[in-house]
Amino acid sequence: MHELAVTESILNIATRHAEQAQAVRVTVVHLVMGQLSSIVDDSVQFYWDMISADTICAGAQLHFERKPATLQCLECNRVYTLSGELSDCPDCHSARLKIVSGEEFYLESIEVEAAQEPPRQDALTSIREDAIP
Amino acid sequence: MTTLRVPVVEKILSANDRLAEQNRARLDQCGIFGLNIMAAPGAGKTSTILRTIEALSSGTPGSPIALGVVEGDTAAVTIDADKIIAAGRPAVQINTGGECHIDAVMLSGALNQLPLDQIELLIVENVGNLICPAAFSLGTHANVLISSVAEGDDKPYKYPNIYRGIDALIINKIDLLPYVEYNLDYFRRGVELLNPGVLTFPLSCRTGEGVERWVEWLLRKVKRET
Ligand SMILES: Nc1nc2c(ncn2[C@@H]2O[C@H](COP(=O)(O)OP(=O)(O)O)[C@@H](O)[C@H]2O)c(=O)[nH]1
Ligand SMILES: [Mg+2]
Ligand SMILES: [Zn+2]
Repeated sequence: MHELAVTESILNIATRHAEQAQAVRVTVVHLVMGQLSSIVDDSVQFYWDMISADTICAGAQLHFERKPATLQCLECNRVYTLSGELSDCPDCHSARLKIVSGEEFYLESIEVEAAQEPPRQDALTSIREDAIP
Repeated sequence: MTTLRVPVVEKILSANDRLAEQNRARLDQCGIFGLNIMAAPGAGKTSTILRTIEALSSGTPGSPIALGVVEGDTAAVTIDADKIIAAGRPAVQINTGGECHIDAVMLSGALNQLPLDQIELLIVENVGNLICPAAFSLGTHANVLISSVAEGDDKPYKYPNIYRGIDALIINKIDLLPYVEYNLDYFRRGVELLNPGVLTFPLSCRTGEGVERWVEWLLRKVKRET
């Protein structure tokens, strides 16, 4: 399992962006993960708690958004969402398929606490305190 | 204290991808074709490399080809690298220290130890694993998976990710077909779902059957003929 390498990478990216935003603390990390990416989120959370201690990300919550896998049949163009394992086209049973989505794995955004208004206003969106659950 | 949401949108393994691009540029600069071989432990990665070295040393039109090998293992052993060196080719052993794959950083370090100006083909034997190597691009020009018939015919269904990113598939140990329960059609159907039209090379490192066709394909790649 390469979850440790993945978690280190998440920490690097989150830390870099937090510092750029002059944050004092990262509270939430939003990750988007396609159904087809073979990452175990429990393991990532486990490593995260270990390696983020003593960093700007200490105590931050990891939030995983799962994206379903969507396939397109190259014979009849039918687009369908995968429920279980990979299967052929439900209409024409062709096995010539294209993966439209489901492989993505990226860090979408971070929620941070900043001591002051950061310099790059344009790139940042303020969240009302009361909007945070 | 204000709370902000900072948009990021950065691929998790983007640092690895960037380094992989640098590796690729370095290989291109030296005119080297890079081949990444992935498979489960025992599928026949080292055996295939040795067969390939043999074929590219003499006999095959276009040979000899100067090649170097990078051997990846999770433990600090040099068993595979020793075999390559015994076959007369430069080899570098990467000890991944327990990691389940080679990443672009590790390959970059290994490239420093090879006589890059003297080789035309670089073969990387990835760590025996069907999950993790698929996620880490190295910068090689082709990714090849070896699946041996001894592993069973259901592997594409169980390890879909690794089948998706490959440029060619070797089906090794076909000499064992009479002794194992293996439905080649079922296997191929799974592969077709994941990677339509991917080139397959059924072969046996034991008997040598099918090796010629594989080596011809590789040689065309090395000579940039396709
Ligand atoms: N019967 C048979 N055995 C093979 C073949 N290729 C490799 N082997 C054996 O499979 C075992 C593992 O091979 P090796 O090349 O070390 O696999 P690796 O772990 O993927 O590098 C060895 O005992 C090889 O002799 C083959 O085509 N047929
Ligand atoms: Mg080996
Ligand atoms: Zn269809």
